[in-house]
Amino acid sequence: MNAIQILFWFLSALALVSALMVLLSKNPVHSVLWLVGVFFAISGHYILLNAQFIAIVNLIVYAGAIMVLFLFVIMLMNLNKDTEPQKHIWMKLAGAISAGCFLMILVSLIKQAPELQAKTAMMKDGDIGLIANLGKALFSTYVVPFEISSILFLSAMVGAAVIGKKD
Amino acid sequence: MQALTNRAQPVNRKPMTFLERLYLINIFKGMLITFSHIFKKQPTIQYPDQKRPFSPVFRGLHVLNRDEEGRERCTACGLCAVACPAEAITMEAAERLPGEENLYREEKYAARYEINMLRCIFCGLCEDACPKDAIYLSETFAPANFNRTTFIYGKQNLLIPNPLTEPEAYAKAKGLN
Amino acid sequence: MLLSIDWILFLEKLILIAIVIFASLGIALYTTFAERKVAAVLQDRPGPNRAGPFGLLQPFADGLKLIMKEEIIPNTSNKVLFILGPFLAMTAALMTSAVIPWSSDVHLFGRVIPLQIADVNIGILYIFAVVSLGVYGIMIGGWASNNKFSLMAALRGASQAISYELAMGLSLIALLMTTGTLQLGEIVKQQIEPGHWWNIVYQPLGFLIFIICAFAECNRTPFDLPEAENELNFGYHQEYSSMKLGFYLFSEYVNMFISSVVMATLYFGGYDVPFLNENLLSPNVAAIIGVIALLVKVVIFIFIFMWVRWTIPRFRYDQLMNLGWKSLVPLALANMLITGAVILWLGK
Repeated sequence: MNAIQILFWFLSALALVSALMVLLSKNPVHSVLWLVGVFFAISGHYILLNAQFIAIVNLIVYAGAIMVLFLFVIMLMNLNKDTEPQKHIWMKLAGAISAGCFLMILVSLIKQAPELQAKTAMMKDGDIGLIANLGKALFSTYVVPFEISSILFLSAMVGAAVIGKKD
Repeated sequence: MQALTNRAQPVNRKPMTFLERLYLINIFKGMLITFSHIFKKQPTIQYPDQKRPFSPVFRGLHVLNRDEEGRERCTACGLCAVACPAEAITMEAAERLPGEENLYREEKYAARYEINMLRCIFCGLCEDACPKDAIYLSETFAPANFNRTTFIYGKQNLLIPNPLTEPEAYAKAKGLN
Repeated sequence: MLLSIDWILFLEKLILIAIVIFASLGIALYTTFAERKVAAVLQDRPGPNRAGPFGLLQPFADGLKLIMKEEIIPNTSNKVLFILGPFLAMTAALMTSAVIPWSSDVHLFGRVIPLQIADVNIGILYIFAVVSLGVYGIMIGGWASNNKFSLMAALRGASQAISYELAMGLSLIALLMTTGTLQLGEIVKQQIEPGHWWNIVYQPLGFLIFIICAFAECNRTPFDLPEAENELNFGYHQEYSSMKLGFYLFSEYVNMFISSVVMATLYFGGYDVPFLNENLLSPNVAAIIGVIALLVKVVIFIFIFMWVRWTIPRFRYDQLMNLGWKSLVPLALANMLITGAVILWLGK
């Protein structure tokens, strides 16, 4: 067991514990902070895979921007026990069943996918995650999906501006 | 309406030009102004180490004077208390007993003489009113304190030291050395 | 061998980290003192001069005062997060220094030691990530105080930070187009090369946008709305007292130091001394001169931070947002376009 494996297990444990704490903590603000912890652990995994760019963009976009927005919303809504509506037991059961189904589909898909079978992640080598290679791939092979997704973002921005505009 | 002086400037309400709206030039000008202040002379006086000289007509804390033989000059006539516009002075008169001639110059003296320094406005009218040259305003001011009662100065605070028994303290109070 | 770690490298990095952290803390400590002195001389007065010779012990007196103050944790606050807030702010401020190249390599005990904790190939993005995490300190501190004014101030501070991060990133993209790398060490080496000017020559507009955004990110005047004492009822650290307040205030100074270092590195040649060929000197001497050169540049930037603070009044909040979104972002985009066009034109 070398240092990278130790780091891998540590980060995995961190990610799982944080993910559990997201669900288990009573306070929604704590949940958000645990979720930020999950992102940190996942970024650590990316770094182990030598995908530094993806790791850091994961931090900038998810931990630095999206979770801040989550935090904004949750802080302003002031969620606590008094304002939280009591959910019916059937609702909870339905939620559990649908989530379980989703998990089963996910697991079976991953198990059957031919490109994932009998392969482990390449640690520390492989350079597709480096920014130069990633940029070349995005702007040559995948340029059409890349540009289409940017149009998607543009339309989202325009939509937000339209909603936010005073009549 | 006719202007009192010719210093009035009409307000410039022209819309700002592009350069003015950039603000950068004006910010830079402002920064030059503040920078030039680095080289200006500092008017600060390092107070406890350096003190500014008082003007010769400065009116500070009161002093109850003694004559050359060290006797109190005050005769408790009450003219200072009457003259005081802030009503800061109160006194109680007493009669001089035989054997106290070396303490009090007149036959009547102030047994109690109090000035409330919080009320006093340091106008110096008491000094003008005194017929016996007994009260003077010195060149010091009341030090700060936490307690209001300490600002009521009694005779022990106001009396100048005796020139015969304590010549050094007297000279110091007079500001001679 | 259980762990195949290069222990000497590990030790070397550990020592470097300790030095960098203590140096940034020490410099930030004296920045508080410099702030008061600069404020004083700009206002024609001598400034603090009682504690020690020339008042040099003043920062320790200030620190002692903060420590000795009563530690108040509000009853209705979220205690864990209330304590976590200032520590997050401080950690985020200190973490940025990991990718800064402090000087050229040092030769010691037969080893070549780079004076940079980690020369990762995403250096600038790392700085961005850490800066964007600094928002958490503000948000958590403001919310955990359970005070509406703190919460409003936290929202104000966080939205300010996020808005100006955008323009900052866009202004940096133009710079990265000219350098072609995100590695800070590489960027500095490019600027040292003979025949290559400092990046400020190629990116004057980008630098202007960057420095304005740096002011906003560090919550410095004219953008210090998150802590406007008089008109906005102080900021997100309203409920804080004692050393926790000290951490918040102190992290601002660490941020100022770090952003000065980043500006010097990106636009002013880092540890480069102009008109000096470092190759002629022995590497260790060159490294020492490099550190000094970088620190001189940093001191100049810190002075500019303070100079601006004591010259320009605070923005109103709508003016702040207008400047960020309606002026700086379009300007940065235009700068990016122009840079790209020029690079294409020259490349042909």
